[in-house]
Amino acid sequence: MAIIKAHEVSIRYITGDFKEIGLKEYLLRRMRGEYKINEFWADKDVSFELERGDMLGIIGTNGAGKSTLLKAVSGIMVPTRGWIRVDGTVAALLELTSGFDNDLTVRENTFLRGALLGYTREFMNDKYEEIIDFAELWDFQDRPFKQLSSGMKSRLAFSIACLVHPDVIILDEVLAVGDGAFREKSGEKMKEILSGGVTGILVSHSLTQVKQMCNKVLWLDHGEQMAFGDDVGRICDDYYRFLQERRAKRSRAKAQAGNCPDGRNQTVRK
Amino acid sequence: MKGKGIRARLSRIRREYGPRALKEKLVKNRFIFEELCKRDFKKKYKGTVLGMGWSILAPLLTLLVMKLVFTQFFGRNAEHYTIYLFSGNLLLNYYREATKGGMNSLYENARIFTKINVPKYLFLLSRISSATINFLLTLIIYFMFVAADGIAFHIRFLSLVYPVICLTVFIIGVGMILSALCIFFRDIQYLYDVFLTLLSYVSAIFYYVDAYPQVIQRLFLLNPVYVYIKYFRVVVINGNLPSFQFHVLCAAYAAAAMWLGGWLYKKKNHQFLYYV
Repeated sequence: MAIIKAHEVSIRYITGDFKEIGLKEYLLRRMRGEYKINEFWADKDVSFELERGDMLGIIGTNGAGKSTLLKAVSGIMVPTRGWIRVDGTVAALLELTSGFDNDLTVRENTFLRGALLGYTREFMNDKYEEIIDFAELWDFQDRPFKQLSSGMKSRLAFSIACLVHPDVIILDEVLAVGDGAFREKSGEKMKEILSGGVTGILVSHSLTQVKQMCNKVLWLDHGEQMAFGDDVGRICDDYYRFLQERRAKRSRAKAQAGNCPDGRNQTVRK
Repeated sequence: MKGKGIRARLSRIRREYGPRALKEKLVKNRFIFEELCKRDFKKKYKGTVLGMGWSILAPLLTLLVMKLVFTQFFGRNAEHYTIYLFSGNLLLNYYREATKGGMNSLYENARIFTKINVPKYLFLLSRISSATINFLLTLIIYFMFVAADGIAFHIRFLSLVYPVICLTVFIIGVGMILSALCIFFRDIQYLYDVFLTLLSYVSAIFYYVDAYPQVIQRLFLLNPVYVYIKYFRVVVINGNLPSFQFHVLCAAYAAAAMWLGGWLYKKKNHQFLYYV
């Protein structure tokens, strides 16, 4: 049975309502009958299915709707249309360091984050030492969080988030954390978690990484589902070709713009 | 047919919101709730020398100022006037602190709930709890004042638990409404400040309503905060228990606020994300 099943998931953002145009403008337009909102579909009819132990790579350019889709899987967002069913606990490693409190100490932040992620107090009491150990923050436990360097912050965030053995783990380009030594350590930890039969979703711009780690791939472009399947190599190659073509088209367009008389005159004058 | 539909709906509501479901949710979320409370409490007194002492000192200083102004300049000198003032201040302050904190709770925690899937009402409850703790501390001081003013403790005082619970429920409801509105219109913060000033004038904090005609006195009862304040005064100063209808009124205001807040939250819960 599928552990994650997404069925024709569509997510809509609304732009141009009162929040953006201001209350006065909103009322004015309302009265004139000119008020209308713009819809923006971040994801359109995306469907996929993952079995236990699958590792899904999501690829696509910026603004393809990858992060929005991840938010829907982790339950932060609710799809406007369609549905997503997840059997089991989800650990989402999205933008790790945001949401920490600068005024609290490292210890307090660790417990708060642990609580927010759904761990129990007993579990945190047990694992606290291990977290600090892994993040290498022994001397900072009772210092305010704002005194940490950004590398330390992401180390702590990674250590807390990776403690669990969730059924589903969501990674939004977090594999690169901290300095070289820690990066190696965190990469190993990640591998250890992934080898334990967890189902994973990885968003990455590195095709090599996707080819290496994933057995299924989902390609999104402007919210549209371009491809989904276990044919990782082929889809990645298609995507690569797509990027190349687009780049070529762009540079052609640029070159054409550069060849137009106005452009030339300008360069000559300069 | 219709009756059956309503019954099914009621049983669904009981399943989702009944004591058992609520208890399960609380147990599950207790750790988050406790950690959030700790954080809110700590941040509240961050950087102050007196720390928690302020939650006792601030209302006392306000009381002192009001007492001076109204007895010295305006010559009010009714019996137990200090207690009369204190009752009003005590409850109004609780309402003000808790609802103002609650109003900002969602907005200020947006960075968390846009990244982690966590029940949003916990942010509101933790903020309100820290105001409730303050209130309970002040309540102790209040009873010391009551004793010092020569009012003997009476078993009747135990009934004050009732308005306190009603007011707290009322505050949670108002907090839900305000925090949801605040996500959509940040302007509500400023409007609410104005509203609070107005509220403090129509809650009969420092004046007596007995001088007004019966009709006007009735109008005061439209103000829930005044109703809770009056309960305190009747029990402590007049030495009576309010009527049965008065009890119903207390509960009705709390239930109405809670119902409206819950409805708004349920309806808008998934949209908050788009506006922060």
